[in-house]
Amino acid sequence: MESILTLLSAGILEALEPLNFGMILLGCTIGLLVGAMPGLGSVNGVAILLPITFLVPPTAAIIFLAAIYYGAMYGGAISSITLGIPGASTAVATVFDGRPLAQAGKADKALTAAAIASFIGGTISIVLFTLFAPPLAAFALKFGPPEEFALMVLAFATFIGLGGDDIPKTIFSILIGLVLATVGLDIISGQPRLIFGDISGFLHGVNFLVLAIGIYGIGEMLWTLETTKGEVTVHKVKMSIKAMIDNFRDVKSYIGTTTLGSTIGYFVGTLPAAGATPASLMSYGLAKTFSKDPESFGKGNISGVAAPEAANNAASTGSMLPMITLGIPGSPTTAILLGGMIIWGLRPGPLLFTEHPDFVWGLIGSLYIANFVAVVINIAFIPIFVRVLTLPFTILAPTIYILCIVGGYAPTQTMHDVWLMFLFGVVGYLLRKLNYPVAPAVLAIVLGPLAERSLRQSLLASQGDMFTFVERPISGVCIFLALVLVSYPLIKNFRARRSAKAASQS
Amino acid sequence: MRNTLKKYTKAILPAVVAISTAFGVTGTAQADWSPKKPIELIIMAGAGGGADQIARLLQGLIEKKDLSTRPFIPINKPGGSGAEALRYMQDKAGDDHTVLVTLNSFYTTPIIQEGIGVDVTKFTPIGRMALDNFLLWVNVDQAGITDVDSYVAAVKAAGKGWKVGGTGSGQEDSILTAMMENHFGYEVTYIPFPGGGTVAKNLVGNHIDSSVNNPAEQNEFYRAGNTKPLVQFTAERLPAYPDIPTAKELGHNLEYYMQRSINGPPGMSADAQAWYINLFGELFNSEEWQTFCVEDGLACEEYLSGDALGAYHVTEIEKHKNLIESVGAAAITGE
Repeated sequence: MESILTLLSAGILEALEPLNFGMILLGCTIGLLVGAMPGLGSVNGVAILLPITFLVPPTAAIIFLAAIYYGAMYGGAISSITLGIPGASTAVATVFDGRPLAQAGKADKALTAAAIASFIGGTISIVLFTLFAPPLAAFALKFGPPEEFALMVLAFATFIGLGGDDIPKTIFSILIGLVLATVGLDIISGQPRLIFGDISGFLHGVNFLVLAIGIYGIGEMLWTLETTKGEVTVHKVKMSIKAMIDNFRDVKSYIGTTTLGSTIGYFVGTLPAAGATPASLMSYGLAKTFSKDPESFGKGNISGVAAPEAANNAASTGSMLPMITLGIPGSPTTAILLGGMIIWGLRPGPLLFTEHPDFVWGLIGSLYIANFVAVVINIAFIPIFVRVLTLPFTILAPTIYILCIVGGYAPTQTMHDVWLMFLFGVVGYLLRKLNYPVAPAVLAIVLGPLAERSLRQSLLASQGDMFTFVERPISGVCIFLALVLVSYPLIKNFRARRSAKAASQS
Repeated sequence: MRNTLKKYTKAILPAVVAISTAFGVTGTAQADWSPKKPIELIIMAGAGGGADQIARLLQGLIEKKDLSTRPFIPINKPGGSGAEALRYMQDKAGDDHTVLVTLNSFYTTPIIQEGIGVDVTKFTPIGRMALDNFLLWVNVDQAGITDVDSYVAAVKAAGKGWKVGGTGSGQEDSILTAMMENHFGYEVTYIPFPGGGTVAKNLVGNHIDSSVNNPAEQNEFYRAGNTKPLVQFTAERLPAYPDIPTAKELGHNLEYYMQRSINGPPGMSADAQAWYINLFGELFNSEEWQTFCVEDGLACEEYLSGDALGAYHVTEIEKHKNLIESVGAAAITGE
């Protein structure tokens, strides 16, 4: 323990050296902007920046890449809240409540909450990383296919209450998402599925960002066009020091969900199969399930912004663990980081911690610093970000359309996905008109492929025996927790009805 | 926000462009062609596996040595044992800004999955970077398994309950697994994972019983004492594993290699092909690449390029057709 503290403080001191600190400042700022721009957050944006890392020593370069990675996690929330387009897949859950808050003129509140929650999530996860990295790395190894599948079941369970009261419509929405998730090449046999004859654009499946940007970006615009009937509207945004201080006071109201979200996020992030997107969705689902006021979620509840943001930041720190100890990157940006390590002769693996402690702890030390820097930069920029909302709709709407197209095109670089995105936009708008919840479909398309793969791997391994999921301790616990989560809203509902009945009888 | 964003992109982009061009123009653009936009480096396997590590190392070396005026951007397309990547390349016919890092599924996937409509002999061969090797790995917890004989005995005792992890039906590891089933006369359950790194992780976590990983994928776990190799499927012992016997030494005629080469889509222009052959040749001869080969148990003696690589592909495809016929496609796909 003592040696860890020595190494860590050495790492932090190293991160504070002028060049390294400069790289953190630059990296966080670039990351914030890359994360905020839909599509730029993809591999492209970071790969273009790779040459910069060869101008500085390896440590500074890794710190720079880590700072970009960190800044991007903060940045994702910005376009989710102000424009209603998720800047990255990890920030989709932030749209659910961030956008309604912005429309109600509370964008500054939502952005502050996102920044603070990200900071809390980052801090909790870095501390957990510092204290428990080796045992958690060992624990992550215990996660085989059955455990992964059980975790996915748990993730679905956290979303059971998300669709509101209309259970059939929620199930319908989940099923649409699951069907879309099966499009593309079969993960086991490699045969094409649901490619509509032979449309090659479907071979790579339906990209989750295409669905999310279509439903939330395009669908939302269509909805706004209808409700405003083309009237030019301008959101009022008031910013004052007093309002900012009030925003900070809000922390009290979401500190609980944030802490829970951070812990879940970190834990889910350390599992190589999962990552920040499922983590943020799970955290959102749990925040809603355990909220005193679940009805307000999706309509602008501040906890609905804080919970996913805390979780995705925590998960991004968590996913450093499988990258360092197993060499399995959890995201395109960690993959770049991995590439950087290989070039500098550092091989990820269980021995990296013991053979290159200076590197590992230097990296962790820089995360501490980057977390502080990112939150300060983010909050300083909030007054500028909310200005976006003061733009007249006639300027904002075309800009959003363009950003949607860029965001839909960037991940796979095919026009096929752009057309698909427009289609999802129209469908999303119609579903909204008919009062279908769309969030469950988004969840299903993220978790569907993970769940399908792990289910089929488990059943192959167990020779078709379903009991493998309950016999193994970790997956058994996950399945049990999932059952509890599913029944919790039902019991709550039942109790509420009974007490209402009792009240009416007396 | 848009305005600030613009301001920043305005400030950053020229700087990035300036940096990359300043170094790029001194690169190796001897051919008449040079890239006009970022080049997609398609990887037909998942993140963290052998092909992925190689692609990312090459990307970094290209940047480090300023060999290209435009960046190489690695993109993983692991779906359907590489079918997704192959089809993507086929659809990119005539494109000069997309290259593919191959595995042997470059040969096997089009043979097994006829439906994808890909003819790899039409692809543009660029350069073979290495021949990769295979070893048989088990977790060190399998104390009773110390050599091939005890391994075969354990597998036979377990029957279909023995789980072999791999990267997908039709991938090279599934071929080698089928070759072993055929040779030793046992049957196993083959479980596909999205990449060699994930296979290695699942072996360390005891979720599978054995694997035929490449050295690069298992080396760190071997050094950490998590896994152990039993036998190598090479002609001679690798310098990195001097104490592990080859299958041939033990009288088992099992030898299998995997080429790791760079190929363009069908109909790439000759000038672009020449530029890539030159660029990857320079990388092949670099000290960094040769060191990587030695450390990671790859064979990198000869740089096959252009037509010579194309001819090599043709003979390998024939070899794989025969292999697949002799073990039966069903043994590989598990159907």
